[in-house]
Amino acid sequence: MEVKENKTWSIVGLIGIILTIGILVYDVSILSQVDALEKSGGNILFNYRGIILVSGIVLIILGAMKMPSHKHNSIVNTVFLLPVLMTFFITVLLPFGIGIFYSFTDWNGLKFEEFVGLANYLDIFGDAKFRYSFFITFIFTLLNVVIVNAVAFALALMVTSNLRGANFYKAAYFVPNLIGGIVLGYVWQFVFNRVIPQLLGGEVASMLTNPNLALAAIIIVSTWQYGGYIMMLYVTGLQSVPKSVLEASSIDGATYPQTLRFITMPMIANSFTVCLFLTIVNSFKQFDLNFAITNGGPIRIVDKAAMYSTEFLALNIYKTAITENNYSAAQAKAVIFFIIIASVSLLQVSINKRKEIEA
Amino acid sequence: MNRTKRNLLEFVAILIMILVLCPFLLIIINSAKDSGSITRNPIGMPEDWTLIITNLKAVINNPQFNYYNSFFSSIFITVVTLILNMYSSSMAAWILARNKTRWSNFIFMLFVAAMVIPFQVVMLPMISTFRDISDIVGLPFLNSYFGVIFAYLGFGGSMAIFIIHGFVKGIPLELEESAMIDGCTKERMFFAIIFPMLRPVRVTILILNGMWIWNDFLLPSLMLGMNGKIKTLPIAVTSFVGSYVKQWDLILSAAFLAMLPVIILFIIAQKYIISGMVEGSIK
Repeated sequence: MEVKENKTWSIVGLIGIILTIGILVYDVSILSQVDALEKSGGNILFNYRGIILVSGIVLIILGAMKMPSHKHNSIVNTVFLLPVLMTFFITVLLPFGIGIFYSFTDWNGLKFEEFVGLANYLDIFGDAKFRYSFFITFIFTLLNVVIVNAVAFALALMVTSNLRGANFYKAAYFVPNLIGGIVLGYVWQFVFNRVIPQLLGGEVASMLTNPNLALAAIIIVSTWQYGGYIMMLYVTGLQSVPKSVLEASSIDGATYPQTLRFITMPMIANSFTVCLFLTIVNSFKQFDLNFAITNGGPIRIVDKAAMYSTEFLALNIYKTAITENNYSAAQAKAVIFFIIIASVSLLQVSINKRKEIEA
Repeated sequence: MNRTKRNLLEFVAILIMILVLCPFLLIIINSAKDSGSITRNPIGMPEDWTLIITNLKAVINNPQFNYYNSFFSSIFITVVTLILNMYSSSMAAWILARNKTRWSNFIFMLFVAAMVIPFQVVMLPMISTFRDISDIVGLPFLNSYFGVIFAYLGFGGSMAIFIIHGFVKGIPLELEESAMIDGCTKERMFFAIIFPMLRPVRVTILILNGMWIWNDFLLPSLMLGMNGKIKTLPIAVTSFVGSYVKQWDLILSAAFLAMLPVIILFIIAQKYIISGMVEGSIK
């Protein structure tokens, strides 16, 4: 009886292997005719090749898991790792590698013809619009990081200072962070275009028609959206400061600002690092609000050239690819974008490492 | 703290709360107005509250917005991804944490390093890779639920594995050893012992990934298209805004409908959501 069962699962696995290899061989053999087959409606084998492949793989896994084997544990290891590894490889690693390669070619989104070396990189840095976008992203990041953190820290101090109903306020301040930037962006576009001019008497132009005020508008919304979230991170830090230390300092006659400056802030230095890096990276990657509130506008004239005054890098990359259809340039910009973000993250890791050694 | 100071603080807290929540209030009052009265007075109370029903109905039945369909798409993509991600990441993280070989170390470092990769650098080649793979193996990666869920599993894996890996290291190994001695198979050990123990981190990951996927715009807009057959809620709102420019009564009603599910969820599970998001970012 047992011998028979052993064989069943081995056979199931074997069928799976045959199916999978068979259908892959078929896939490769019809590679040049795929377009033609798709247009003509194909045949049964062609139309169901995806399902056959999936069932083949399922049978292999099933057979391998159930088949008694002295290597059972390593089979389980492989099977458990496979799903994540496969999706991760196909969606992240492979496109990442291909993408860096494409940035050195004349790729048009579908195929590439030749290797162009650094031409894409030279082009994008020669492009005044990209340089402007780079510049405005840095300005936005700088202002946004300072303002979001200042507001969040102030709010955190407020809600941790014996305020009645503090939990209620914390939840209320957190609410904007729940909703995606796209939907919020459109709502705020309404606020800036209709509500605020009305409040100011109805004769005032919308903030979004002035380049500087439009940038301020995005910072306002971004602070409104992230403030409550970053506040919660500071609250976690503040709550870890022992009450006895604060009491001791007040007994010694320290004023509130002194306690804050010399006791509390040094004790939650770690929270500051976490929040600063989180807001730096998030500001630098800002896309949703930028897309929904201003979509890059209004136009600003710099050296007699028209620039999209609030087009941050992420939006610039998106537009270069989707609107202008210039995929290789967009990919080169994205690689630069990646290098900056990766450097910031590496800096954070090295700071954390140094702290761990000190501690 | 003396009494006046305390009252002042409370006053400030309430004032800030009103400021924070007033955009939501504006959405609700303007969802109950027609286009004309929004232009005349966007801050006044509506004359006729029943108009909110009319507006919401108009938006729900609008073919561009198609609320029920896009709501279903968002729910389906989010829930299926979360379930699959929870299993696949826990399985992989457990194996990686328990196998102390050079290979498993390397794979783990790969996942951790990939967390710094921004979506922008992967998105364009990912779409073309997906198109090529669909052509070769005949599975629909683009314009399908399958493709979007597949992509989210790939992108969500890194963070989930990183968090679970740290948690698994804190589970005593003796537990698994004694189960092994009792004759428990490796897969059974995972599903019966380890997986239930991961509950606290699973909640954190569920919330972090859930909020991200539900609100994400760029990935589905590239994979499903702005006017494709399948639309998630953020895409539906965007394509609706695109075709009803300046019709703020309808746009705000659409925004209201898009926000509603998350707000309701937040009211129910407030504690979990806040702590999940905070813990996730500190780790």
